[in-house]
Amino acid sequence: MLTFVARRLAYTIILLAIVSLTIFFIFDLIPVDPARLVCSKQCTPSLVEANRHRLGLDVSVLEQWWRFIVGLFAGRTFGEEGIAITCAAPALGYSFSRHECVTTIVAEAFPFTLSLALGAFVLWLSVGISLGVLSARKKGKFADRAASVFVLVGTSLPTFITGILVVLFIVLQFNLVNPLELGNWHNPFTEPLGWLQTFFFPCATLALAYAATYTRFTRSNVIETSSEDFIRTARAKGLTEKVILRKHTLRAALAPIVTIAGLDFAGLLGGAIITEGIFGLNGLGRLSIKAVTQTYDLPIIVATTLIASAFVLIMNLIVDIAYAFIDPRVRTS
Amino acid sequence: MSKFLEVTNLNVSFPTEDGEVRASNEVSYSVGLGETLAIVGESGSGKSVSNLAVMGLHNPVRTKITGSAVLNLADGPVDVISASADTVRRLRGKSMSMIFQDPMSALHPFFTIGDQIAEAWHLYNKGSKKDGIKKATEMLDLVGIPDAASRAHDYPHQFSGGMRQRAMIAMALVNNPSLLIADEPTTALDVTVQSQILQLLKDLQKEFNMAIILITHDLGVVAEVADRICVMYGGRIVEDGTVDDIFYRPEHPYTLGLLNSVPRITAGESHRLRAIPGQPPSLISLPSGCAFQPRCEYSTKVSSGACASTVPSLSDKGSGHLSRCHLDAADLNNLVKDKA
Repeated sequence: MLTFVARRLAYTIILLAIVSLTIFFIFDLIPVDPARLVCSKQCTPSLVEANRHRLGLDVSVLEQWWRFIVGLFAGRTFGEEGIAITCAAPALGYSFSRHECVTTIVAEAFPFTLSLALGAFVLWLSVGISLGVLSARKKGKFADRAASVFVLVGTSLPTFITGILVVLFIVLQFNLVNPLELGNWHNPFTEPLGWLQTFFFPCATLALAYAATYTRFTRSNVIETSSEDFIRTARAKGLTEKVILRKHTLRAALAPIVTIAGLDFAGLLGGAIITEGIFGLNGLGRLSIKAVTQTYDLPIIVATTLIASAFVLIMNLIVDIAYAFIDPRVRTS
Repeated sequence: MSKFLEVTNLNVSFPTEDGEVRASNEVSYSVGLGETLAIVGESGSGKSVSNLAVMGLHNPVRTKITGSAVLNLADGPVDVISASADTVRRLRGKSMSMIFQDPMSALHPFFTIGDQIAEAWHLYNKGSKKDGIKKATEMLDLVGIPDAASRAHDYPHQFSGGMRQRAMIAMALVNNPSLLIADEPTTALDVTVQSQILQLLKDLQKEFNMAIILITHDLGVVAEVADRICVMYGGRIVEDGTVDDIFYRPEHPYTLGLLNSVPRITAGESHRLRAIPGQPPSLISLPSGCAFQPRCEYSTKVSSGACASTVPSLSDKGSGHLSRCHLDAADLNNLVKDKA
């Protein structure tokens, strides 16, 4: 088990290195010159060259990448002499557009993204699994049909529609949330109500589509597991239907859900671009979309992309380890 | 004297869009404590379906069951067909148990063997978790699993096929039931393991004084362990008798066909296996008259075409040997001799 984890960790690190290198190469191909972008109105070729040097873009892509890696572990100083700025390790770079260490920017944005992802995760898992189990038990009956309507609506409504509808009705029409409060950060531990006010509706919006998919998935898994031979054995033993469902059926039916839930959650930790945009949450999604489309802020793009892929890879590892605990067949092989 | 289980006129059918699947028709059989009844037939003959009905394991929504199956328990008879679902559930495991064909899929892959056996024990016994595992170890030891104390902590996938079936038997017998229904218990196993499992069942039957119903399509298995045999075809019992009756004095052409299709060492090289021509009938539209008639080589010997029009009754042709055929046993015998 330990060697398995160690090996997977090594893979993860190598993959992250490759991902980051790829991002640097791709960025080099973009027909935009950051050195020109940060130049003032009276721009001269020598100023552009000076900027290029200051931004660390005057060396080869490989060299740029290596400096980034070193900075990640040792911290990094940008600029020279009087205007030098030092970013402590782990230094993710220095933003051209915001003139701040990227690590600081990311640290400000991450709580928004984490709150949104975690809240949505809890919501969609509880709604999706309970609705899925309910409709599997009541297959063909009213509850099942009602759930399938929910599934249809949830999967076919894109987040940008539901998000706008939520803002329109709940925030603007019924004033359940003060529009001026929208997107304000509240510490969930010291101001739980304020946090809920900011994050409940965005989380619900984001969770809707996921909950619908998970309802469908749970339903079919429970129905499929119910017809397994070992469920018939459990019944032949004399167990009650309640115990059969809770212990025997759900254990087997929910195991595959752990895998996709982990990966879906990891995906959201990289930032939910649309939901963050609609509700004015300054999370990683908004940060990266702005860097990509408006400011061409390479260090921010590198940082957000790398964080997103790191979450996916680490979550993959966690899911694999968790699966070994859930399914003994995986543990021994 | 009444036997432990008495099944009378049991009908099991499944309504489907294409029509009603009549899987079991007017089936009656009984088995006493210490006795082994074998139910023989090909796939879809209704042998498992009847016994799943006895266990109450059919989906009540999708199944129509009529008739009766009475368990003569110490505190009075219970008809498991008409009893409430909860009453039948309380009999499962304690008064009647069942083991299945494929012990790999019949055991839960996520729980240890010991846990699964202990779970069954805890249902009807008070005791700590440790007591449960101790009981499970005891049972595993009883069914011949070496090093039972440590194997109890293993998962099903760590057991071999024969070991898994032994574990299933241990689980089924942990509450000392009076009836064990074994649904093709050896079909998924190697031949050498098959005979070990059968021997084990025989030994345990003596020890626990159980009634055993052995469902199988394998006549070899039957000869080894059964006291009485029911042959099923198309959802009906077509012949019912002692092992000697069925093997040496078969009275139904289907039984004859089954026996002819079993290889014999004594027959010599020239003997060819004779398969029964045709296909088993569809249970949605059974042939009118005798279900076996379209495949029966003797049906033309019956005058007035009764085979195609009337279902023969299951009649006693002497000393408890029942057969469902329009032909008289003596006539059938003569016909067989003529052919030879």
